[in-house]
Amino acid sequence: MGSSTSHLSKELLTEYQELTFLTKQEILLAHKRFSDLLPQESRNMEDSLRVRVSTEQILTLPELKANPFRERICRVFSTAPERDSLSFEDFLDLFSVFSDAATPEIKSHYAFRIFDFDDDGTLNKEDLKQLVNCLTGEGQDTQLSTTEMKQLIENILEESDIDRDGTINLSEFQHVISRSPDFTSSFKIVL
Amino acid sequence: MSDTSSVSGWDSHRDDTSDSSVFTSMTMSFLQELPSYRSLIRRRTTILGRDKTGGTLLKPASSENRVSSEAGRSEKEHLGSQSIRKYALNISEKRRLREIQEAQVKYLSEWDQWKQYSTKSWKRFIEEAKELASHLELWKNDIRSIEGKFGTGIQSYFSFLRFLVILNLVIFIIIFLFILLPIILTKYKITDSTFLIVPSNEVDMRCKVYPMNSTGLIYFYTYMIDLLSGTGFLEWTSLFYGHYTVDGVKFKNFTYDLPLAYLLSTVAYLALSLLWIVKRSVEGFKQNLVRSEEQYQSYCNKIFAGWDFCITDESTAKLKHSSILYELKTDLVEERIRQKVAQRTPEETLRIYSLRMLLNAIVITVLAACFYAIYEATIFSQEHMKKEINKMVFGENLLILYLPSIVITLANFITPIIFSKIIRYEDYSPAFEIRLTLLRCVFMRLATICALVFTLGSKITFCDNEDCRVCGYNHKLYPCWENQFGQEMYKLTIFDLIINLAVTLFVEFPRKLLVTHCSSWKLIRYWGQQEFGIPDNVLGIVYAQTICWIGSFFSPLLPAIATVKFIIIFYVKEISLMYTCRPSTRPFRASNSNFFFLLVLLIGLTLAFIPLGISMTHIPSSKACGPFTNYNISWDVVPKTVSTFPSALQTLIHSITSEAFAVPFFIVIWQLRLSDLPRVTQPSHHVLFHCPGWSTQTGSDSTQRAVGYGKSRQALSHSETYSCSGRDEKPTKLILNTILVPSKLTELPY
Repeated sequence: MGSSTSHLSKELLTEYQELTFLTKQEILLAHKRFSDLLPQESRNMEDSLRVRVSTEQILTLPELKANPFRERICRVFSTAPERDSLSFEDFLDLFSVFSDAATPEIKSHYAFRIFDFDDDGTLNKEDLKQLVNCLTGEGQDTQLSTTEMKQLIENILEESDIDRDGTINLSEFQHVISRSPDFTSSFKIVL
Repeated sequence: MSDTSSVSGWDSHRDDTSDSSVFTSMTMSFLQELPSYRSLIRRRTTILGRDKTGGTLLKPASSENRVSSEAGRSEKEHLGSQSIRKYALNISEKRRLREIQEAQVKYLSEWDQWKQYSTKSWKRFIEEAKELASHLELWKNDIRSIEGKFGTGIQSYFSFLRFLVILNLVIFIIIFLFILLPIILTKYKITDSTFLIVPSNEVDMRCKVYPMNSTGLIYFYTYMIDLLSGTGFLEWTSLFYGHYTVDGVKFKNFTYDLPLAYLLSTVAYLALSLLWIVKRSVEGFKQNLVRSEEQYQSYCNKIFAGWDFCITDESTAKLKHSSILYELKTDLVEERIRQKVAQRTPEETLRIYSLRMLLNAIVITVLAACFYAIYEATIFSQEHMKKEINKMVFGENLLILYLPSIVITLANFITPIIFSKIIRYEDYSPAFEIRLTLLRCVFMRLATICALVFTLGSKITFCDNEDCRVCGYNHKLYPCWENQFGQEMYKLTIFDLIINLAVTLFVEFPRKLLVTHCSSWKLIRYWGQQEFGIPDNVLGIVYAQTICWIGSFFSPLLPAIATVKFIIIFYVKEISLMYTCRPSTRPFRASNSNFFFLLVLLIGLTLAFIPLGISMTHIPSSKACGPFTNYNISWDVVPKTVSTFPSALQTLIHSITSEAFAVPFFIVIWQLRLSDLPRVTQPSHHVLFHCPGWSTQTGSDSTQRAVGYGKSRQALSHSETYSCSGRDEKPTKLILNTILVPSKLTELPY
């Protein structure tokens, strides 16, 4: 029978507070939401910190359900070898980066990784194309035509690709983001 | 050994073959346990993250060469100064980093240890305080759910409304403490104080006549009219200026100078409003300065920061997708149009410009017509108010009393429609169209109040016979003219609230019902569901706030009424939003919004200064009522008080306010502010010089050299002193690297 207090110990809470940008309330709420996704037998304290939740389950969360980047987010924050499940600490990391208090540098760092669809460390034209398609919608009729896409990607690269190598690397991305006024207010998820 | 593999094993995709050399030798592993190496790895982790290629600062390759040279220097590094959570690592790695940091602490001196400990506990304390304060935040959950459902644009409107509620509450608290409290204490005999009334002999007795209406049998509808228009029984309550006809309150030990308090609290809350708005808008201003290159950044902003991650609703997400698509298509079309415009022929340009001038002239005519209508309506209303009220029918009464408000509301309703029709012919780009229409509507809204105030003022000071010479104002018609002002502002406030409620109840809800149940009718479908128009709503509340600012001097309880009104409007708008509105298809960027809202509010505040300034310093205060009966103009109370100070203080004050001091003082302050601003837009960047022709892919010949400078401007001037090692070319491309790097990045030898 599961022993527990389903309350996080005080030391653990303080530790998480130091390591993430979340407040005590938010950490407790995150723990509760995470435990709700676990099967009944693993809802006690030790298991909840150890067990991983598969990506499909995480995607049922209402905060992520409507997000076109939900699969990329889960993939980026997962520390499992196959990148298909999240532990509680990954879960906390996720909400820490998306919280109000996170610095713009952290947010832009992770945004870069989320937008890097092929995980090769740069945003090339294919990545940008996939990014734009994610933004405009899933269906066929919600996508830009080929000429429009080409014009758009050329414009993006013109604005952000400083060394003119056809790809956007992390520094160029962070530079562009630092001048973007909407980024910090839009790159936010609250539980 | 396990430590090193875990630290560098975070990225399982990385196939840097050079890494393997690091792990082989045993001596290497010993050196790698050293704190100095840890600091090196840590610095690299912040910069590299999981990024393998390009734009990276340091490579783990050839790290063994650097370790020994770094060992000496990095012990002096203050690792503890960097907060752990700013690193882009997952939690288990941050934990390990923290352990390293704590181990490092032993190498620091006592003083540094204490300093670190105290900064940490101070930061923790601040966080606890912030967490507590966030519990007190008004309407936090409501605003959050609005954000999730409708996006950040609409959420910023509601945050703005909340700010105004708090501002009005603070203004009312100031007024209560300094004006109402002494009077209440005396009136209800809570403290042992008396009113001090100083009769003055210089004033003509005719100015002091203030006829009271008969208080015989009062019909119910007279009572209602009085409540709605501030006349009758309300005129004598503390709602209006006329109630405060005392020259001071005598307490046991001192005399509280009420006129001075009245004037100074007015100045105080206006100054407070100004400072608070400026403080809030400074952030937006900085962004706007940075954004001055917007035309070169807009695509990146729309793509990288285009999605509102806080949207939780499926239908809102669908709408957001379509609005992003719409925006992108419009922008691409606009770009093509811009290229077309550049190729415009001179005749076409001439035609366009003459058309624009004509349309602007039409706009000015429309504005002038509205002002004239308001002028006439006010004069008509003022003249008929003097007739006996109980001789008129109830409805006619109310109509005449509210005529100026009705005309203003009608004007504010019709003119945006006219403006949006006109602007289509002016052939501007869509973004500029929106801005110009908005500007015109703002001007229209705020100028109508000015027209009303100006009309009243002219009526008060205009008299074609002897009336004015006795008291300085028209004492026959307006024995207590401040009350009249207060009443007009009170009527405007109440009418605005009634109209808002009526429109929501009688237009928006039926519209929603019609659209849901009778959607088969083509007309209904064309009309569609209500969209929450952010600019219109914002102008509405800025208009209300401007009235409150102007009216507070003449009606001290008006801020309290405004607070209650804004609270009611918050809930009404929220309910209307949730149940009747669909999210706007035209995106309204959150970044613009906050700055735009505060800018318009600032314009409103500046506009409020004008009538207040003129009435305080130019129009003689009424001698029949109010705290300033013994002074010529309201402002006279200040020089009179200063003259009672000791003479040394007097000369000091005179010298400060004289021009010889004030002008250089302001010039100095201006210089300080201006020199502050450029620093804001030049965050300290660390500069990377990229040697041309060398690839940015992984590999040991990657050749970026990093030198830290405080400001990128200096870096530019230093670019000539560096050359790419092994080649004669000067570094050409500049990559401004804004990643978090430790404060002192030392130059690395190659």
